[in-house]
Amino acid sequence: MMITFRLKRTIKLGLKSLWMHKLRSILTALGIIFGVSSVIAMLAIGEGASQKAQADIARLGSQNIIIKTIKPPQDQTASGAGTQMLDYGLTYEDAERLHYSIPNVQVIVPSRIISQEVWYRNKKVSTEIIGTVPWYPESTPVNVQTGRFISNIDNQYMQGICVIDEEVADRLFVLDYPLHQDIKIGSDYYRVVGVVSKHSAVASEEDKVSGTQSKNTQGGSNVGNIYIPLTTARVRFGEINVQFGGSTGASIEKVELQEIIIKVGSVDRVLPTREIVEAVLNRFHKKEDYQIIVPLELLRQAKALARIFNIVLGSIAAISLLVGGIGIMNIMLATVSERTREIGIRRALGAKKRDIIMQFLSETLLLTFSGGILGIILGSAIPFFVTYFGKQPTDITPSALILAFGISAVIGVTFGIYPAYRAANMDPIESLRHE
Amino acid sequence: MQRSQAPIDFSGNGHILNMQNLCKSYQLGTVEVKALRDINLTINQGDYVAIMGPSGSGKSTLLNMIGCLDRPTSGDYFLGGQDVSKLEDDDLSLIRGARIGFIFQSFNLISQLNIIENIQIPMFYQSISEHDSEQRARELAAMVGLGQRLKHKPSELSGGQQQRVAIARSLANDPLIILADEPTGNLDSESGADILRILDDLHSQTKTLITVTHDDNIAAHAERVIHLFDGKIEKEEYN
Repeated sequence: MMITFRLKRTIKLGLKSLWMHKLRSILTALGIIFGVSSVIAMLAIGEGASQKAQADIARLGSQNIIIKTIKPPQDQTASGAGTQMLDYGLTYEDAERLHYSIPNVQVIVPSRIISQEVWYRNKKVSTEIIGTVPWYPESTPVNVQTGRFISNIDNQYMQGICVIDEEVADRLFVLDYPLHQDIKIGSDYYRVVGVVSKHSAVASEEDKVSGTQSKNTQGGSNVGNIYIPLTTARVRFGEINVQFGGSTGASIEKVELQEIIIKVGSVDRVLPTREIVEAVLNRFHKKEDYQIIVPLELLRQAKALARIFNIVLGSIAAISLLVGGIGIMNIMLATVSERTREIGIRRALGAKKRDIIMQFLSETLLLTFSGGILGIILGSAIPFFVTYFGKQPTDITPSALILAFGISAVIGVTFGIYPAYRAANMDPIESLRHE
Repeated sequence: MQRSQAPIDFSGNGHILNMQNLCKSYQLGTVEVKALRDINLTINQGDYVAIMGPSGSGKSTLLNMIGCLDRPTSGDYFLGGQDVSKLEDDDLSLIRGARIGFIFQSFNLISQLNIIENIQIPMFYQSISEHDSEQRARELAAMVGLGQRLKHKPSELSGGQQQRVAIARSLANDPLIILADEPTGNLDSESGADILRILDDLHSQTKTLITVTHDDNIAAHAERVIHLFDGKIEKEEYN
């Protein structure tokens, strides 16, 4: 009761004296406002970026092990003169072997990925053709918008059908409804039986995270994905890819499968299974013509990276808060010396050291608290604009708000206590004499 | 809030103020300066005492000692029967606020606060409720003739009026001793006379007053004049 009364009076006194020096108070609080808002904004931007990266990786499937064909490095120089056929990469046999030798496997999805131009009437799009199996959606979620995905019958009878994604649909079918239209891929026609959402376009995300560029014969970047039955892909495109141009004249490559996705039963089986996969493949692949990508590992790396990112951003923001705090201390020291006489009067009229400490500390705390609140408002507005104009995902977590406010409180106390202590320890006789 | 004061004890020697062999010395570099030597002083309830002396005679030191702003190097100081010479800083602050009413030469009002808030300061530090202290402050302001100017800032008042606010403030906690340090030093003769009249009034209400001055005219208002010289009480006169 008595304490709340004194507290109220002390706060009122503090507000009054801050109000007396409005400009000074605002300038002092600015340091905290910018410090707090930069902590919040930086953490929000960092959090948003890392969440996006993690979501991208998670879309690859945390229970998945992705094996990709890569061109073995030594073969690029081995072909001296003339035309030589390169035979490398994952094979149907590999898929079979993995299927029989790995326990606890839910699905194995072999895919053939070919870069091709696709035509519908006079519209052309260069895209990635994924020849895959009907159970592909079990490893990588596919959101069917209209129609259906590849069926067992399609695969069995090597049907000339395809499933396109939104992006391809948007480019090719400006006026027409895509379902049941025929599109030309390479030299053959395929009937569109389904349209799937864009985010199932995994190949491009994989390339991003694994760092390998998708091989595009046309030179331009590929747009979207088209799914066709694996058997169809095998018979219509074959396994031999002839490329003209370059110093060697022509290069011929034979690749059976570009990708095998293995989905294991649970997340903790992922890493042991990876070792088995490596052991199985090593026996038959003397060259390094494949690469194993474990999204779970990538996810862990991304999280570790995000942590470092947050620490760096957080430290920069913390330094600005520190600078703000020093600014506050500087002003409070000036205020204390300016008000030496007032301190002397108050001491003579019965103020204890504690009362003087409370008086100046409450002023500092009011400054940092109001600065902290304004900083939170500003700091929440910045990520909004970053998302709105910069198209960069941001996320303001409650913990960032608490952290920023907590830091401003800590700064208020840390940088307020010394000036207040100095005020309280002035000799009342000396301060009364002070002009 | 715990009050560290003992109840006022007049049973012993009956003195409001009693100093025995009080000494105060300062260390100035390697030299020890004896500001007060063996002060023996008793002041009774209702006394009006003037302390006089040339500069450097120890007037200010004695004033600080009486006002509990400083502690003696040796000797005893009883204020209202309580030994205050060895109190801790916090207790000294409390005693100062409750038992001493200060009136300064330069008024020492806080410029940001208005009249009523200035009068309330000593009561704030004694934890008197806002309501009670405001009422008391209004009464005191009316008593010194400033009942109409409660919301004015000190800078809007004349010197004489400011000193009257200071007198009202000194009375806030109904102190044992009103301690005035050259109360008319910064005033013209007319407002000075005004202030002295108020002090006389307070004396007639049996308040205990101590003024420190070098002005004989002011000292003439007091019943007792104590002359300090070189840190010692040289002589004592009764008017």
